[in-house]
Amino acid sequence: MNELLAVFRRELGGYFATPLAFIFIVIFLFTMGAFTFYLGAYYESDQADLTIFFNFHPWLYLFLIPAISMRLWAEERRSGSIELLLSLPIPLWAAVTGKFLAAWVFSGIALALTFPMWLTVNYLGDPDNGVILAGYIGSFFMAGGYLAIGSCLSAVTRNQVIAFVVSVAVSFLFTVSGLPIVMDFFASWAPQQVLSTIASFSFLTHFNAITQGVIDLRDIIYFATLIGAWLIACGIVVDMKKAG
Amino acid sequence: MIVIDGLTKHFGPFTAVDGIGFSVAKGEVLGFLGPNGAGKSTTMKMVTGFLAPSAGTARVCGHDIVTSTLEAQRVIGYLPEGAPAYGDMTVRGFLKFIARVRRLAGADAEKAIGSAVEATELEGVLEQPIDTLSKGFRRRVGLAQAILHNPPVLIMDEPTDGLDPNQKFEVRKLIKRMAAEKAIVISTHILEEVDAICTRALIIDRGRIVADGTPAELMARSRYHNAVSLTLGGRTTVEMAAKLRAIAGIESIEVSPRGDETTFTLFPVRTGEGDTVLIDAVARLAREENWQVRALYGEAGRLDEVFRRLTRSDTNGSGKEAA
Repeated sequence: MNELLAVFRRELGGYFATPLAFIFIVIFLFTMGAFTFYLGAYYESDQADLTIFFNFHPWLYLFLIPAISMRLWAEERRSGSIELLLSLPIPLWAAVTGKFLAAWVFSGIALALTFPMWLTVNYLGDPDNGVILAGYIGSFFMAGGYLAIGSCLSAVTRNQVIAFVVSVAVSFLFTVSGLPIVMDFFASWAPQQVLSTIASFSFLTHFNAITQGVIDLRDIIYFATLIGAWLIACGIVVDMKKAG
Repeated sequence: MIVIDGLTKHFGPFTAVDGIGFSVAKGEVLGFLGPNGAGKSTTMKMVTGFLAPSAGTARVCGHDIVTSTLEAQRVIGYLPEGAPAYGDMTVRGFLKFIARVRRLAGADAEKAIGSAVEATELEGVLEQPIDTLSKGFRRRVGLAQAILHNPPVLIMDEPTDGLDPNQKFEVRKLIKRMAAEKAIVISTHILEEVDAICTRALIIDRGRIVADGTPAELMARSRYHNAVSLTLGGRTTVEMAAKLRAIAGIESIEVSPRGDETTFTLFPVRTGEGDTVLIDAVARLAREENWQVRALYGEAGRLDEVFRRLTRSDTNGSGKEAA
């Protein structure tokens, strides 16, 4: 636990040691706002809730989260510091989890800084703040899902650009697996059971369910399991790849 | 303190380390020699628990590196090849991180960081990001990290690589100072280093140990061991060589002229111990003949020659490095 905390603190501090954190947060907030108000036509919708705002989250995360996760392990392998990290008395699971948690908390900070949206909507009208809170919780878990995927794929390569591109691609599949773009491919030949399994992998399905204001345990379990599975895979990949 | 037994590592069909076994006691500084690609780094990576061995194991202070990896890693200080660190951190931040991982907190951590910083002379750069430091400083940050928790076992992969002569001298001094109460393993292909700091040297080639002994013992295996080198000025003649060859106990003579000087290297007959008479006899002859002696000395042996003879994994690299 001690070691996990040490890794966590180092990683989180690492984001703020460089302009990365600042740039990321500014761009995150700016695009969030721009998407909501312009693309989403927030004012014209005349609705005192944050549905439009949350609807953009999966698509923004799709590109911004891999930007955080791409360096997690690829950078360690490129610089050789992975040899230092893994020859210190740190259990592998603590290194994997510590890094992931730091990235997750960082994305949580960025998410929390969108609070002016919440202030605005409360100023303009009388929204259901329970639904908004659910939306934030759902968004945070979804960010964790994207991060876990990105963390594992970052361990596969020492090239951050490859890590980024592959993470975006895999994340995209997980995002849209319930939409026609994926389903049409399987619909003609796969049995119904397979189809519903694939559809159940979709981030959108689970996230939309949460943003309706219903925090179903199954949706939370879905994201938690997904994060756990990808982190285990990440540990296996790190262990396999460290020789190279 | 370190007991290595049948350590083996395969990478696919390639065997990097092939059943290496040796042990290192407290107070010993073991120099791990070998050409590039001989398996030095791979062995160190296995002993420090970074890589899992394909077969065999190592025990560090009684902890098996395969079955109790973390316990073994706690008693090891390790400087990996190239001294990797987290470049965006400051030196102080980095050492604090290491202290936390090593379970040092509060005053203990401050004290440990203080003495490691003092030993490696990093006081001036504590607040600088590691990325902005010169190669010598970065190496010293790696050293400070390795000795931070005052480990009984210290393993360093090329600790002086890329340092200038002054920095090399400082690092060697530091290693010597710590040697008494630790078991230290360093890998190097700088042969003078072995003579300077190691109490024992181990040469490996293609994953196997090909020589093991004190630097003096290894040098005794050189053809230059107890040879006498005589440099004469002025005109040299064929008779000079003949007269030298007439000295009892000389096996062969090599003549190498350079400018207006000529160096004769006289190799003794190998009978075992005690060929020291050779130099006396040569000195006497030179005096009697009134030769202009520019230099006269007995050779202890040449490590680079022993090294080249015993290793051939990487003939391009090793010859250059050994010279």
